[in-house]
Amino acid sequence: MEATTATTTTEPASAPSSDPSSFLSEIIGGPIVVKLNSGVEYRGELSSVDGYMNIALEKTEEYVAGRLRNRYGDVFIRGNNGLPPLPYLTPGC
Amino acid sequence: MTDPDNTTTSQISEPLDLVHLSLDERVFVKLRGDRELRGRLHAYDSHCNMVLGDVEETIYVVNDDEEDESVQTIKKHSEMLFVRGDSVVLVSPLVQS
Repeated sequence: MEATTATTTTEPASAPSSDPSSFLSEIIGGPIVVKLNSGVEYRGELSSVDGYMNIALEKTEEYVAGRLRNRYGDVFIRGNNGLPPLPYLTPGC
Repeated sequence: MTDPDNTTTSQISEPLDLVHLSLDERVFVKLRGDRELRGRLHAYDSHCNMVLGDVEETIYVVNDDEEDESVQTIKKHSEMLFVRGDSVVLVSPLVQS
């Protein structure tokens, strides 16, 4: 039901990430958008990611069909088993 | 002063730590199929299987009978609920006012 993709709007870094998970570790603390295949988006600060791509976000806003629906202080988003979300960087989110 | 086991600085080093910090607290759980749960987290595992107590389940049912699209909410209460992890989308601590 859910799909996964990842893009970034940042310039190619001088020391580029060697793999996706190290890219994700590099952007910890930064603003990200996690988009689920259902279309729901979670915007917040990336607290942590693990090998299943479970994601913890802070100061999270939930957008459904582009509209703000909910705010959560902290959020755990389950990543594995057909629910891989797609995180991507947004500048000045 | 040092804290080698990282017990006092409850920093979140992996996402499931956030769930761990919510043990015995009330949490909001969003599930697949337009369902939400609010209840006390008694137990969980790495699959996000969870045992919740004093749970209020909200089910959103979309009626799309010809141009009259409305969302109906159904509420159910359970004293104790086991949630299979694969239906979990999101877990968030509920700060009750």
